[in-house]
Amino acid sequence: MPEDPNLALDNWAEQTDYKWGFVTDIESETLPPGLNEDTIRGISARKREPEWLLEWRLKAYRHWLTMEEPEWAHFPDHDWRPINYQDISYYSAPKSDDDRPKSLDEVDPKLLETYEKLGIPLEERAALAGVAVDAVFDSVSVATTYKGKLKEAGVIFCPMSEAVHDHPELVKQYLGHIVPPNDNYFAALNSAVFTDGSFVFIPKGVTCPMELSTYFRINALSTGQFERTLIIAEEGASVSYLEGCTAPMRDENQLHAAVVELIALDDANIKYSTIQNWYPGDENGVGGIYNFVTKRGLCEGDRSHISWTQVETGSAITWKYPSCILKGDDSIGEFYSVALTNMKQQADTGTKMIHLGKNTRSNIVSKGISAGNGQNTYRGLVKVRPKATNARNYTQCDSMLMGDRCGAHTFPYIEAENDTAVIEHEASTSKIGDDQIFYLNQRGITPEDAVSMIVNGFCREVLAELPMEFAVEAKKLLEVSLEGSVG
Amino acid sequence: MLEIKNLHASIEDTPILKGINLSIPDGEVHSIMGPNGSGKSTLARVLAGEDVYEVTDGSVIYNGKDLLDMDPDERAREGLFMAFQYPVEIPGVSTKYFLRAAVNAVREHRDLTELDAYEFLKMVKEKAEILDLDTSLLDRSVNEGFSGGEKKRAEIFQMAMLDPGMCVLDETDSGLDIDALKVVSDGVNALRDGTRSFLVITHYQRLLNYIVPDRVHVLMDGRIVETGGRELAIRLEEHGYASIEAASA
Repeated sequence: MPEDPNLALDNWAEQTDYKWGFVTDIESETLPPGLNEDTIRGISARKREPEWLLEWRLKAYRHWLTMEEPEWAHFPDHDWRPINYQDISYYSAPKSDDDRPKSLDEVDPKLLETYEKLGIPLEERAALAGVAVDAVFDSVSVATTYKGKLKEAGVIFCPMSEAVHDHPELVKQYLGHIVPPNDNYFAALNSAVFTDGSFVFIPKGVTCPMELSTYFRINALSTGQFERTLIIAEEGASVSYLEGCTAPMRDENQLHAAVVELIALDDANIKYSTIQNWYPGDENGVGGIYNFVTKRGLCEGDRSHISWTQVETGSAITWKYPSCILKGDDSIGEFYSVALTNMKQQADTGTKMIHLGKNTRSNIVSKGISAGNGQNTYRGLVKVRPKATNARNYTQCDSMLMGDRCGAHTFPYIEAENDTAVIEHEASTSKIGDDQIFYLNQRGITPEDAVSMIVNGFCREVLAELPMEFAVEAKKLLEVSLEGSVG
Repeated sequence: MLEIKNLHASIEDTPILKGINLSIPDGEVHSIMGPNGSGKSTLARVLAGEDVYEVTDGSVIYNGKDLLDMDPDERAREGLFMAFQYPVEIPGVSTKYFLRAAVNAVREHRDLTELDAYEFLKMVKEKAEILDLDTSLLDRSVNEGFSGGEKKRAEIFQMAMLDPGMCVLDETDSGLDIDALKVVSDGVNALRDGTRSFLVITHYQRLLNYIVPDRVHVLMDGRIVETGGRELAIRLEEHGYASIEAASA
């Protein structure tokens, strides 16, 4: 491939005899469905990527071809149809403003009603609903304000596609460092076709001056399907990152396969929070997102600390195991999770804590809520390698059932290869009690409020880990997700 | 004014209440006594609206409104309060948080303004003083890890906070030692104000030494078989329920 990206694009279009206007109609381009090496060259060319990254993608793709789609997840009720990867379109440019609704008046009222219930600020609703942003407020200036503040602190926070050009040495060093392209089926697919995501770099000794969240909500809405995120915290650096949004995302892409990599050097601290509310499908299990995510953090340095917090209420199927590799001595990994399944949703989620260094500690708190016909599985691995002297793990895994058609399942895996390890696992399963609801009713509280109060109480330890404003939204999100499941 | 007429109720097709007639004027304290299985607790729970019981006949009018037509939470907002025999634990929900939601739900129904955090805490302090309650209890999850006595005191405290017109005490004395019994009774007596009514359900007479009733009703096999003044309770203590059973047979 020639180095000039525009040339590369033209060459690719010629070589593939591409006839659907990829080049001519650049504003509304979408690659036709299908996946082959040319698709990948097309994505890479469109993004004007350097040669090494294209090669990296192709290598991942070739490896992916040799792999099998995993089937081990526990989805007792799902009529699993294999995904046809040739039916998917792997590149879709953001819609131009001409195609978007011009104002909130043109947006589905049901969507707006949900924003209202969730208490999403007015100025953000328009952006979330996909209204042409310029018609509502000047997002560029908002972004610029944030960017200025971050730049002053030396923090790099930009789209991955930008980082590839502006900080190639960092991307080259760390991309795939924690989740190698051949790690698993979906990570390989992501490596081959990822379109964008976030890149965060916090230099030595710097505490990021703001939550990397608000900015994200407004600006990174269209990074959807094959997201790739990389966060690096140097020695003594500290950052809190929040992805996602409580607002239901209207998304036509059924398959989501994101990869997130975190690296924490000595004394660094990364807190990564997720609120996931993709379209769950309808009551009969039709439609909905398949959310197959690989998230992994490396506590590379001594005394480093990585903490995952997630509130998962969306998607038809979720496979997700945000993990920590505790390599540095005295490093700490944490996982706090609320997963809620309603209707016919299926979630198989948990974490892996791999203890390599001495005195490493991990803490797991998982809260699963099943309602309707939902199936909720906790799957977790705690592994203590021979050199991890004095490793400690505490796991608490609680399930709550609502009604008698849903299910909760727990699969803890424990592998201790060092005699000094102390590993504790506590699990409980409870049914949301009619007696609890009746008790609250008898004090004047409506059945709906009673259920949300009980559920929020059940999730309290996890919600407490979220940044305040998102904890408030997450509580409302749980309410909205459980609407109609009482009685 | 609570007016119960010919109330019949069943659980899973087994009749428990077989025609209860009872009226409690404003400001009066009535006691229901009876042996185990006579239907005392069922009466309390039917009044509160627990849906495992099916009302098969009769009516309950509270302040001119059809109580049986209301959902349990509506009944509560209308002013019916039940102190539970076994208060339920709600992990992770602080008592204060829960109680503020409850107080504001009731206030909204009465067209009163919502209490903000400051006003609510002021009210908590006032009522806690009257009932001599340690407010640190209220920072804990609802009833979680409370001792038997703490649970019952918390019930009476909730009663004071919600300012109900009709209080049903379902065997509040069960499981209490004599000191706790006295504390709880003092709390109830502090809430007797001449307009608020009470229905005190108990197996034992001793509670009525502390909460002195205006009327005592004896419930047996789902019916009220005898009604009298306080002396009836004393007679029951001396001769047992068997004496009434024999007399009414």
